[in-house]
Amino acid sequence: MLTARRLGKRYGEKRVLRGIDLALPRGGFVVVTGPNGAGKTTLLRICAGLAQPTEGTIERQAARAQVGYLGHEPLVYRELTALENLELYGRLYRVPERRERIGMLLERFGLWEARHDRVASYSRGMTQRLALCRVLLHEPELLVLDEPYSALDEAGAELLDAQLAELRGERTCLLATHDPAHVRPLASGALALST
Amino acid sequence: MTYVRDVGALARKDLLLELRARDTLPAMLLFVAAIFVVFHFALPGTPSKLETTGFLWVAILFTALLGLGRAFVPEREQRTMDGLVLAPCDRSAIWLAKSLATLAFLAAAEVVALPLYALFFHGLGGAAVAAVILADLGICAVGTFLGAMAVVTRARDLLLPLLFLPLAMPIVVGAVGATVVDSPGRYLGFLALYDLLFAVVCWASFEYVVAE
Repeated sequence: MLTARRLGKRYGEKRVLRGIDLALPRGGFVVVTGPNGAGKTTLLRICAGLAQPTEGTIERQAARAQVGYLGHEPLVYRELTALENLELYGRLYRVPERRERIGMLLERFGLWEARHDRVASYSRGMTQRLALCRVLLHEPELLVLDEPYSALDEAGAELLDAQLAELRGERTCLLATHDPAHVRPLASGALALST
Repeated sequence: MTYVRDVGALARKDLLLELRARDTLPAMLLFVAAIFVVFHFALPGTPSKLETTGFLWVAILFTALLGLGRAFVPEREQRTMDGLVLAPCDRSAIWLAKSLATLAFLAAAEVVALPLYALFFHGLGGAAVAAVILADLGICAVGTFLGAMAVVTRARDLLLPLLFLPLAMPIVVGAVGATVVDSPGRYLGFLALYDLLFAVVCWASFEYVVAE
C-alpha cells in the first residue's frame, strides 16, 4: 500500500528526516515512534500526500480520496457545527448515504447530542472525536494518524481502540504515538525514528 | 456537475462562516462608508465628477483588499487548508468558491457604497455599474489567488497589497475609463478580457499555490 525508500526531508538548511525506509502492506498497521523533533509528523504528512520529500521516493497505492489523515489540528471549522463540518467533508469526498454515515459516526463517538453545537464550544476531547469522525467518514483505505489519542479521555481512547481493532486487517494504518504500548496489540510493525 | 457541487459546498461554507463570525462584511461596510464620509469633508468646494470617480475606485479597491485579506483567515487560523487540499475535489474549486464568497461580500458592501457615493458626490450611470460588476470579478479572481499565496507567509499583511495593487492597475484603468468616457464599450471590453484572462490563469494554477 505504501513504500518509502531512502526518504528524506529538508526545510532549508534544517534536515528533519533522513534515509527512512518503510514498507506498509495492505492491511498492515505500523506504529511510528520517536522523541519530539524526530520527524514523525513530517513523515506522516509525506505519507498522506500533504508534503513532498526532498530525497528518496514514496509510492502510495491509495488515491487522495482513499487517505484519511489526522494531524495535530482537527481540520474542522470552529464556527460550524459538527454536522455542518461532516456534511462539508462528506460532500467533498462524495460519501454515499452521507447522512446515515454521519449519524452513525456521531453516535459512535458520542457526539450525536452535540451535533448542532458549534465546534468552538467543544472541549479538546470532543473536537478530537469529531476529527476522528472526519477521518473515518469516507471509509479510507489508508489511515494516517498522528497522535490520535491526544486529548482523548479514557472513554474516547476506548472508542478509538475499538474502532482501530475493527478496522485492523481491513484497512492500512500508519500511526504515530508517544505511547506505543497502547497500540502494540494491534501493530504489525514498528518504525522508530531518532533525532 | 460534481465540480459545481464542490464549489457550491465550499462557497456555502464560506458564507456560513461569515454569517456566524461576522469578521469581514461589517469591516468592509464600515470602511467604505467611513472613506466616503472622509472624502466628502476633506474635499474643498464641489469636486468634479472626474475627481470623485477616482475616489470611488480607490474606495472600492481598498474595501476589496480588506475582504481579500480575510478570505483565507479561517483556513490559516484553524489549519483547515490541509483538509481541503486532501479532499478528492479539484483544488481550483477552493479558489472559485472563495472568489465567489468574496465577490458576495464585496457586492454587499457596494450595495451600501454606491448609493452613498451618489448621495455625497454624483449619480452613477449604467456604464459605471457595469464597470463595477466587471471590476469586482477581476478583483476577486486575482485577489483570492494572491490571498492564498500570501496567507502562508509571515508578511501576509504586507505581501497581499504589494502583489495585488500592481496587478489591479489594469482594472483601475479600465474601470475609471468606463466610468468617465462617453463611449465606454472599449473599456468594458478591456475589463471583460482582463477578467477572462486572469480567471483562466488563476483557475489553472491554483493547484500549485496550495500544494507544497
